[in-house]
Amino acid sequence: MTRSSTVRRAPLLALYATFVFAFIYLPIVVLVVYSFNRDGVGGFPPRHFTLGWYTVLFADSSIWNSVLNSLIVAAASVALSLGLGLLAALALDRAGFPGKSLFRRLVLLPLILPGIITGLSLLMFAVFSGLHPSLATVFLGHATALISVATTELFAGLQKLDRAQEEASLDLGATPWQTFWRITLPNLKLSLIAAGLLIFTLSMDEIAVTFFLIGRDNTLPLEIWARLRRGITPEINAISTLIFVSSVALLVIWYHLRARSLGARSPEFLEQLGETS
Amino acid sequence: MSAFPANPPQELPAKSAALLELRNVAKRFAAVDVLKNISLNIASGEFLTLLGESGSGKTTVLRLIAGFAQPSSGEIWMSGERLDLLPPYKRRVNTVFQNYALFPHLSACDNVAYGLRVKNTPTSEIAARVEEALRMVKMQGFAASRPARLSGGQQQRIALARALVNRPRLLLLDEPLSALDANLRKQMQGELKSLQREIGVTFLFVTHDQEEAMALSDRIALLRDGALEQVASPREIYAHPATAYTAEFIGQTNLLRGEIRGGMVTCGALRWPSDEADGAVIFSLRPEAIRICADDKRQPSEVRFRAAVRQQFYGGSSELLEVDCGNGQTLRVRVPVGGPLAGEQDFVFSLCDPTRVAE
Repeated sequence: MTRSSTVRRAPLLALYATFVFAFIYLPIVVLVVYSFNRDGVGGFPPRHFTLGWYTVLFADSSIWNSVLNSLIVAAASVALSLGLGLLAALALDRAGFPGKSLFRRLVLLPLILPGIITGLSLLMFAVFSGLHPSLATVFLGHATALISVATTELFAGLQKLDRAQEEASLDLGATPWQTFWRITLPNLKLSLIAAGLLIFTLSMDEIAVTFFLIGRDNTLPLEIWARLRRGITPEINAISTLIFVSSVALLVIWYHLRARSLGARSPEFLEQLGETS
Repeated sequence: MSAFPANPPQELPAKSAALLELRNVAKRFAAVDVLKNISLNIASGEFLTLLGESGSGKTTVLRLIAGFAQPSSGEIWMSGERLDLLPPYKRRVNTVFQNYALFPHLSACDNVAYGLRVKNTPTSEIAARVEEALRMVKMQGFAASRPARLSGGQQQRIALARALVNRPRLLLLDEPLSALDANLRKQMQGELKSLQREIGVTFLFVTHDQEEAMALSDRIALLRDGALEQVASPREIYAHPATAYTAEFIGQTNLLRGEIRGGMVTCGALRWPSDEADGAVIFSLRPEAIRICADDKRQPSEVRFRAAVRQQFYGGSSELLEVDCGNGQTLRVRVPVGGPLAGEQDFVFSLCDPTRVAE
């Protein structure tokens, strides 16, 4: 009975799933395919395979300047948000202080706050404090908005850490500072890398906050957006394809690291180890 | 002007032979008295075991000595130095943790070297001492292995080497064998004991296993609900338990509750003469003190009684009987292995066997 009903329902379910996946991924497929189409974005079906748009792209210095800007902003944001996020996560994990639950909420707030609010308020802050919108303000904006991501990831990492290891370190004569550098941080390595990759990816394609804070130097998403206003060219498809490929690569790495850091101390994992050794 | 030196040695502990001294140590956690006024001396080179049920406070004692917790009141002294005011990393005490707490990102060798490295020991000395420590626990072949690659027993050895390489004055061992299976456990007990004899380091060993405590210790400190019940050598504590709790916790016993009246002890069906004062009494009578009596010769120094065998548990080297002396009074009797026993038997124990214990 159950079996026959699942068999009856399965084709519909499969069809539904196909539609959902098509809805999500077909536009990306189209984007990638047309980056290799000689006749540009017009015309169906695509004809005349070419790598010409990639040649055009590689010669386009303003695109590459914006890529460089984005990389600088992303790298700096990773450094600052990981640094501050680690401190916040440590405070949440081990310090007891009045207003801790309020602090937790405030730290995590930017995660759900609309980018437009973050961007606008940071712009006003920049204006009040006499900062000119530039890559520096963009970097501050990204780092501020992404501290919450770093805090969440690192807090999860700290929660999994076996505190007896830190006690063992103190017991063996290491100062709290030595213990932090030699035991706590190495144990957080996977969480740090995972959080870093996630923040890097989020910063690379951030538009809303960036839009309010940008000066004369465009980041890549804003450069693409600016060009779209003048009409779409396959060169945009080409750079978008490259972004897509590198984003997927980063996310795959992030996913694997996360699975490793989650699974490394699980009982099943240890059992398997015990059986093989 | 005084003729005495300006700094009289007032701060020295009363007994200078003690390596470690707990003076009236108490610990409260959230309005619960985990430890109540513990005073205990540990002599240099001694193997002292803190024995107790889970929740008796034995691990808390270790954590206070290691410095992971602060006593609510009282003082801890080590070799004439106040220990409880020092942070954990300044105490010359090392711990073998219950689940070893090895550093997973470091090899066995780096785990052992850790304590020496953080104290900036010269590299050549580190290499020599780590090798010596690994040899001591027979783990030379595993220097490069990560902890996850080692078995429980091997991790245990590395944890031991990691602590001993620092040449602590006092080694704290928190139920170090509880995670091992029975056979390995027996083997490690033997190795631990001979290692302690060999290097002469003072061991403070925590366990809930009374057999383990008896087999290894010079002295046992029995903890009950955060207070010391009795501190004595295994032989002393077994032969002369101070309280009913101790008598039942260490080994098996029969607790005989009764009274003394007019020079006669009466505990149910059992009666024997005594010159102690009248009043309620509890005696501990070990099962092996009772024998089956085959002949009819009555000795004045013995107490005879008749009882029915209810149960017989075969134990390989001996058998445990549960016998009924009438009126529901049951006793446990350990006898040499013989044939099956049934029905009424004559039993006997010597007058000097029952040990009077406090409630």
